[in-house]
Amino acid sequence: MIPAAFSYRRVSTVDEALSVLGEHGDDAKVLAGGHSLLPLMKLRFATPEIVVDVAPIDELRYVRVDGDAVAIGALSRYHDLHHDEVLREHAPLLAQVAGAIGDQQVRHRGTIGGSLAHADAAADLPAALLASGGTLVVRGPGGQREIAAGEFFLGPFTTPLEPDELITEVRVPVATGIGWGFEKFNRRSIDWAIVGVAVQGQAVGLINMGGTPVRATATEEALAAGASIADAAALAAEGASPLSEPHASAEYRAHLARVLTARALTAAAA
Amino acid sequence: MSIVGTRVVRIEDQKLITTGGTYVDDLREPALTGAVHAMFVRSPIAHARIASIDTAEALAAPGVVGVYTAADLDLAPRKAGPVVEPWLAADVVRYVGEPVALVLTEHRYQLADAAELVDVDYDPVDVVASIDAALSDETLLYPGKGTNVMQVNGTAEFPADSFDGCEVVVTQTIVNQRVAPAPLEVRGAACAWGEDGRLTAWLSTQNAQLARGAVAKGLGVGEEQVRVITPDVGGGFGAKIGSDPEPVVLGWAAKRAGRPVRWTETRSENLTSMTHGRAQQNTVTIGGRRDGTVEVFRLDVVQDAGAYPRALFLPTLTELMASGVYHFPKIETRSRGLVTNTTPIAAYRGAGRPEATAAIERAMDLYATEIGLDPAEFRKVNFIRPEEFPYKTKSGANYDSGEYAQALDKVLDAADYAGLRAEQKRRREAGDPVALGLGIASYVEITGGDSGGESGRVDINPDGTVTAYTGSSPHGQGLDTSLAMLLSDQLGIPMDRITIKHGDTDEVPKAIGTFGSRSLQLGGSAVRQAAEQVIASAREIAADLLEASPEDLELNAGEGAWQVKGAPASGSIDWVRVAARAGEGALSADVWFGEGTPTFPFGAHLAVVEVDTETGKVVVRRIIAADDAGPVINPLVFRGQRHGGLGQGIAQALLEIMAYDPDGNPTTATLADYSFITATELPDFELVDSATPTTRNPLGVKGIGEAATIGSTPAVHNAVVDALAHLGVRHLDMPTTPQRVWEAISVKGEAK
Amino acid sequence: MKVSIEVNGNAVTEEVEDRTLLVHYLRENAGLTGTNIGCDTTSCGACTVLLDGESVKSCTVLAAQADGHKVTTVEGLRGEDGDLHPVQRAFREQHGLQCGFCTPGMIMASVSLLAHNPKPTRDEVREGLEGNLCRCTGYHNIVSAVIDASGQEVGQ
Repeated sequence: MIPAAFSYRRVSTVDEALSVLGEHGDDAKVLAGGHSLLPLMKLRFATPEIVVDVAPIDELRYVRVDGDAVAIGALSRYHDLHHDEVLREHAPLLAQVAGAIGDQQVRHRGTIGGSLAHADAAADLPAALLASGGTLVVRGPGGQREIAAGEFFLGPFTTPLEPDELITEVRVPVATGIGWGFEKFNRRSIDWAIVGVAVQGQAVGLINMGGTPVRATATEEALAAGASIADAAALAAEGASPLSEPHASAEYRAHLARVLTARALTAAAA
Repeated sequence: MSIVGTRVVRIEDQKLITTGGTYVDDLREPALTGAVHAMFVRSPIAHARIASIDTAEALAAPGVVGVYTAADLDLAPRKAGPVVEPWLAADVVRYVGEPVALVLTEHRYQLADAAELVDVDYDPVDVVASIDAALSDETLLYPGKGTNVMQVNGTAEFPADSFDGCEVVVTQTIVNQRVAPAPLEVRGAACAWGEDGRLTAWLSTQNAQLARGAVAKGLGVGEEQVRVITPDVGGGFGAKIGSDPEPVVLGWAAKRAGRPVRWTETRSENLTSMTHGRAQQNTVTIGGRRDGTVEVFRLDVVQDAGAYPRALFLPTLTELMASGVYHFPKIETRSRGLVTNTTPIAAYRGAGRPEATAAIERAMDLYATEIGLDPAEFRKVNFIRPEEFPYKTKSGANYDSGEYAQALDKVLDAADYAGLRAEQKRRREAGDPVALGLGIASYVEITGGDSGGESGRVDINPDGTVTAYTGSSPHGQGLDTSLAMLLSDQLGIPMDRITIKHGDTDEVPKAIGTFGSRSLQLGGSAVRQAAEQVIASAREIAADLLEASPEDLELNAGEGAWQVKGAPASGSIDWVRVAARAGEGALSADVWFGEGTPTFPFGAHLAVVEVDTETGKVVVRRIIAADDAGPVINPLVFRGQRHGGLGQGIAQALLEIMAYDPDGNPTTATLADYSFITATELPDFELVDSATPTTRNPLGVKGIGEAATIGSTPAVHNAVVDALAHLGVRHLDMPTTPQRVWEAISVKGEAK
Repeated sequence: MKVSIEVNGNAVTEEVEDRTLLVHYLRENAGLTGTNIGCDTTSCGACTVLLDGESVKSCTVLAAQADGHKVTTVEGLRGEDGDLHPVQRAFREQHGLQCGFCTPGMIMASVSLLAHNPKPTRDEVREGLEGNLCRCTGYHNIVSAVIDASGQEVGQ
């Protein structure tokens, strides 16, 4: 399949990107690695008039410790994040999750900023960012603002990003030595998670347990109150409203959330 | 030493690994210069009346050369079983994916843009989306027929007293789910009419000559007016045997437009418009004594044939193979083929035999569980014994040769079956949440079952090289290599001086093609016989050159030279000189190997699975397989065919299903949704050797293309059920997805 | 738009539609048909090529995104002397292909895999090739081919 016709624009600085986005508004879509956008365009589920390729913005590819946070350039690719020594040491959950996305070829193209902006509840990084207590740094015509991960995923594929804004950086608190666990359950390793669980410390992010990535708040509260892992994990699906699909009913997803949360918490505690 | 039976790397590979093959979409033939591109507009609705089709807007789109609908076609009706299947739907659409219109554009990228603009007004009607819905006959696809059941074969009604007197009777309905063949190369075609009024059609097909017949008939022209060429073909698996409407419509469109036409479908089209396979619902009833002796087996087959019943031979083939490797004194079978608002069903790797094996092998495990006997021991009680061959089954199959117990024993020994059972016991006693399951399938299948014969021609050229033409049409099976090895062995001419040709109807006018694992036993035998005739002709020439009597000469195949029997020192003469003397066309033989009756490969598979009882996830840890197809020409190729069969067979048991919602919408119409198995879901394969010859062809061989698919699906299926036996699970249907496994465990858990 | 890509060491410059996918640029504009298309959903990997040395699915990259970059396809793997690349040689030696349609993509993915992990285990090869589908081989001999190409002993 072939995308509907569009105009391609390439930009090499953030300022240039903001200028083009400001000019075209809703008609434009940002193209980073393209592995969320292009598949939708090929099936003609997305038909933007302007595609703004931000990949040449080299200034947005980095991982560094910045005070008590790890700062990740929005155009960092999954493959690079998975192998990044700084990330592996100071935000190991994100490094691990980045290596579990898609396949080798996808990880060579997909970017953290692109995945987060796409805001797919079935994607791995959004839930991991929730568990990491991360923040998105966004630039727009009015300057820069920061949005906490917990306030970023508003609905299915819906975020507070304005059409003329660009995610430039992702920040997570340094998590050196904090226990973490990641469980991704699927039928084939290349599939999206039927359900996934990302744990850092006592924070629990759930993949594909509703229209947005969510925190397992009942589990987190129980843990804070001193509950055992088994008892806390039994609450993992509380308040979640997962989709029912032919190979994954809502009931089965809730069951998986409980089992996988127990496993991820156990790994984090080990 | 003979090259036959040794590991020889394939002669096909050099091109495939360096520049890639030349598949239909890769063709850059001069005859296709100026070709237009084609795309079918397909129904998005499972069952509807077509109120109107408006092509005006599409015709005005950039680059559009033509938009055609049924109203434009002037082709004779085409039959699918007892009904007419339109070339393009005219009044009614009966499945999602049915072709409704054809769009031609100058450039490939204009196709989808224009196709979107064809405005078809559908009036949806009630949908028959399942076997149960079809059997109810509440909604009919063909009201004139009065029923959705298009064919009944065998016993119309089973006797009520068949199982009287049995100590044990077990019955189960088993779904053999619909799967998509999904060769990695989708369907494609290129059609060009020559100035001589002949059509050349390059098709991605398993049989050029059958396709030529279908295209000529569809277009209403003589077969001599059509030339079909199969370039490299990227897999077929039965779904490119060919009764598809598209090539005929494209040939017609090329004439109408006065331009060559090229077509490559999309994967989404492929998953809804190329025929699917399996799609049976089978009820088994098995009765006998508590000591393990089976007395009666009944198989009631319901075949979902899809919207157009193109392949109603499938359920009858399932009936033929119903009793598998067992010596059952009494068999009862029936099959019904019915229509639903789904993609038509046709052959898929195994085609009717995997369904038979899946049914009997599940039945055997259910019976063994019922009487508390180990499934391996129970099978041995009922196997047909070696001394009983040839063995005619109660359902009419005439088995040639078999060592069923020996094959199973080899597999059990290689696997350490006793040790695995002990480990299973230990895990169960320890309450291990990861359960171990062992699944056995003993199978027999039929290859070359069509008995149609095959062509073979061998030419020894004046320079001493060999050109062989086979009616077989390999597309990945490595037959070029196998035939070259056989010829080299027979003639004493090195493989690099032998060329194998196939797949061009002008070069090979008469042939049948490649399906049903028929190629080596029929196509190979034909080439062998042709070579024998060439050797006979060459003997005369060599005798003349050596000034000896022909009957005193022998062909020293090791040296590739003719010499006097018993006195090689008295002189010899090589092929180059014989061929030079013979000249052009003298050393040529063209034969039809027609006496080949079907052969019956067999084997045994043992699958070892682990099931995470907390999540329901199944992991195949080991698969140990004996697949016996007689003597092996090239173990590298032979094992490769088994590997591929194992992969596809395991995939059906674990993952694959082509699913529809109640409205007849396919829910697995992309490769993101259709669970094509990957390397990570498969183990390394453990192959056990077994080679029992047949007397039914001069090579003594049987087919190997489908065998391992047939054995592995029920082996894995049985293993999954076995893993859950201690939890009270007796059966669950394929694919054994995590959710299904979890549900089966949960239901039993709640019952306790 | 005008797109210039260094394909297998040769500069290719063509005027194409903005929406042109890299795989079509390679097949139609560069005339290299070794790279195949097997799906619409970035699933099958038949179109895998190296973009600046790393494996990508060329059906999900715009030609425009590769403008000014280097692409290697299966046709560009052979050495200057025409010798087969070790991965090509191993695929033939281990019978790692049957119909050949997945093969160019599988070979390119294997080259990329070995660049990152020169001595993989069989399980690592399976994981590394999870994005490449093959309908013919059951993958066993593909795994063996990659092990062989890495210079390790093929056990079975």
